[in-house]
Amino acid sequence: MLSFQEIIFKLKQYWAERGCIIQEPYDVEVGAGTMVAETFLRVLGPKPYRVAYVQPSRRPADGRYGDNPNRLYKHSQLQVILKPSPADVIEQYMGSLEAIGIDLRQHDFKLEEDNWEAPTLGAWGIGWQVMLDGLEISQFTYFQQCGGIDLEVVPAELTYGLERITAFLQVKDSVYDIDWTKDFTYGDVRYNDELQYSVYNFEMAEIPTLWKLFELHEGEAARLLQAYDPKSPDKRRFPLLPTYDQVLKCSNLFNTLDSRGAISVTERQMVIQRVRKLAVGVAKAWTDQRQEVAQ
Amino acid sequence: MSLATETQGLRFLLEIGVEEIPDWMIPGALENLRLLFEKLEVPHESITMDATPRRLVLRADGLPERQPDSQERVMGPAKSAAPQAVAGFARKLGVKPEDLSIETTPKGEYYSFLKKVAGRSTKDILAEGLPAIIPQIYFPKTMYWTGKGGVRFIRPIRWLVALLGDETVPFELAGVPSGNLTSGHRRLGAREVVVTVDDYQRRLRDHYVILSAEERRQRIAKGMSGVRVKPDSALLETLVYITEFPTPITGNFDPQFLQLPEEVLVTVMRHHQKYFSVEDAQGKLAPQFVAVMNIDADSEGFVRSGNERVLRARFNDARFFWETDQKKKLVDRMQDLRNVTFQKDVGSYYEKLTRMAALAGKLGGDADAHRAIELCKCDLTTELVKEFTELQGVVGGLYARAQGEREAVCTAIYDHYKPESMEDSLPRNRAGMIVSLVDKLDTLISCFRVGLAPTGSRDPFGLRRAAQGVVRILVEGKIKTSLFDLLPGIPGIGPLRDFLEDRVRFYFKEIRGFRYDDVNAAIGARGSWTDLLEVEARLIRLQNLRGTPDFEALAAGFKRMENILVQAKFPGGGDIDPRLLEPGPETDLYEEYRSIEGQPIENVISKLRPKVDLFFDNVLVNAPDVRVRQNRLTLLSTLLAEFSTIADFSEIVTN
Repeated sequence: MLSFQEIIFKLKQYWAERGCIIQEPYDVEVGAGTMVAETFLRVLGPKPYRVAYVQPSRRPADGRYGDNPNRLYKHSQLQVILKPSPADVIEQYMGSLEAIGIDLRQHDFKLEEDNWEAPTLGAWGIGWQVMLDGLEISQFTYFQQCGGIDLEVVPAELTYGLERITAFLQVKDSVYDIDWTKDFTYGDVRYNDELQYSVYNFEMAEIPTLWKLFELHEGEAARLLQAYDPKSPDKRRFPLLPTYDQVLKCSNLFNTLDSRGAISVTERQMVIQRVRKLAVGVAKAWTDQRQEVAQ
Repeated sequence: MSLATETQGLRFLLEIGVEEIPDWMIPGALENLRLLFEKLEVPHESITMDATPRRLVLRADGLPERQPDSQERVMGPAKSAAPQAVAGFARKLGVKPEDLSIETTPKGEYYSFLKKVAGRSTKDILAEGLPAIIPQIYFPKTMYWTGKGGVRFIRPIRWLVALLGDETVPFELAGVPSGNLTSGHRRLGAREVVVTVDDYQRRLRDHYVILSAEERRQRIAKGMSGVRVKPDSALLETLVYITEFPTPITGNFDPQFLQLPEEVLVTVMRHHQKYFSVEDAQGKLAPQFVAVMNIDADSEGFVRSGNERVLRARFNDARFFWETDQKKKLVDRMQDLRNVTFQKDVGSYYEKLTRMAALAGKLGGDADAHRAIELCKCDLTTELVKEFTELQGVVGGLYARAQGEREAVCTAIYDHYKPESMEDSLPRNRAGMIVSLVDKLDTLISCFRVGLAPTGSRDPFGLRRAAQGVVRILVEGKIKTSLFDLLPGIPGIGPLRDFLEDRVRFYFKEIRGFRYDDVNAAIGARGSWTDLLEVEARLIRLQNLRGTPDFEALAAGFKRMENILVQAKFPGGGDIDPRLLEPGPETDLYEEYRSIEGQPIENVISKLRPKVDLFFDNVLVNAPDVRVRQNRLTLLSTLLAEFSTIADFSEIVTN
């Protein structure tokens, strides 16, 4: 039986053999692997790219104090970007499942319509949820737009829910019981994260402080974006990647405020728009900056 | 398979190989493809359409090798033209000048030539036409994949089979060349399979693809025959179109979960897992389910146990939500609705409830209706509805029952989203009808007020469905009220009136099947049409009157009166002066009118009709004496008014 980390090794190996750069997780907190610049910015423009990385993804509202066997504040996504998407991309994906020991002749594999959309990123795509014996194990998306920009080259994004796949393979009813290694369970490694972040996100995060932080990061991102000059001869030096970090900070603070119940539904739309505006601004500037570099 | 030898001409096969198409779009896309193919005007004897999630297939029989030859007359220079011009014309056509003939036209005599045009080969027509029509197949949402500006389709096209008889119809689309290679089942078949027009379906079957939807349907039905499955034709269709080789399996769940409401269990199974639910001999939910796999067998039992585990986790979630939700009663959630936005320009659900209560007052809602209104949206704040949004209303009703509300209130909450379609039933009790009515009316009023009327096919708030629900409840629920009295007198309401009128017409014509001219006449009748029960009554009366021998003639007479009054620009009103009436048909008509005044038209139609006919045959309305003329117009106007409460007869189409 493969451990959690062996499954990760095998998947990384599989995609490395297919020309992917294996990146380490990004070091700013995000809600999904898509938000990392390796996806969000790299899918823009005409340049081919192939990358795979495991991204711990934080969703404050999904925390359950470590009590719920299926729901996590922080879960691990394996994010694969194939740009442009190869014609046999689904076959390649199925091959990756075989590589971790799933014999697809013995299992029910289905692709069910599920189009993906991330309003805070101005991004959407067409695709499916991948169902294995009735369990959603991956999201498969052909990106169409990112940062409000129609993509020149269409990438395929494969997102594996690693905890779910491992629980499936190890036949465990609770994510906390899965073997991270042969000596340590997932619970040994992550239970404290789940408990303590739930307490923080639901009970102790100070709302005015979070708002203040949100506004500080928002202000910094906006200030930088305003300073970006497309006509400047030196524009390739301009720190758009750090600007984008500020946007990611905003996004995570927004999610935390949301889980804290601090955002009414009406406000919600407005805050999403504020983050989206920054993300779109970075995507536009980035596209402009890359064009220059390409020339 | 003897068909091939019986029919003349060639067989044609087109298979568009696509990555998994959303099941619900497939039947429409197939029909669309068929229509597009017909537009190519290639003669054929029969046509068959088939599809699986990964292929759209058109097969036609009896195609000709080529179109018939035709002739075309090419006109050349005038007969009087110089010989060089004539020779040049002939040279251009590749003939000698003596092959030309002379054609006489109104403009004079001209050289001409009857050119033979060879019919185009069917293969050429298809090779040119197919890549043009395939991207035109309509799908609700499309994508591009070969790069910006590339072909758009529902999902990427990965292979194309196009065969005419023994030959490939050569073309390319989205970088994919057509050929004779199909693809088998993703796991059980080969990636590339050579086919011919004759062995195509059989070859697919060898590679675990059942091409015919009907065959897949039967295979599912047969596989479930040992289990008492709750019939669900919509789910069956979904499963038919998400599988290429469907095989049902039966799984079990812990009977303890049966303590949860059946609605919750069925929703989890049906909507989230696409399982059929199973009943016991008494028709009660059994702790079993049927899943349909896209594979031939579950020999190791992996698929069954996998699905059982998923369902167990889902049911555990649902139970957890149910128990958590019980900690806060519905009534204690009302204030929370202040933070739940209905629509950003319209406000919160709390405000919506306040407006709904006011409307219910106008409709004569009782205490049960008012209590149901207070509680009906509170389930939006529950965990169970957040997880299973399609159970809104239903969960509210179940919780209300668990919390000891009156049965009528619970039923009203449970039903208040009904009817959700034309086929759906109405709320079961009067309180439910009132709640549903005021909910939908408020949505309509609020959205129109802030300019959110539907445009074209865009109707994000489902306002057409809401309006249709209003009309159905008023008519079929027999709620007597004036629709427009329920609408506030504010800007933006004019378009809503038109919108509702449109739905009323649609309902009576398309759903109830009344004649379109009767509907126009009943709505155009004097007096308000906004009491829909009254409109319905008029329509039924009109339908009955149509069966009587005097109806058409009298309707024609009323129409004539209307025309005369319009032409005379008669303003209406005024009293008839009996002294100005001419003896004979005019007086007769007046007296007839006096004797039948106030009676329903059904009782008097046979007596009135001859008097009207005689009047028009003998009396000149446009009399020279102004006073006489005015009096006659008053007589006609009065008569028309008397009977126009049932219909505007000018709308009735007579033979």
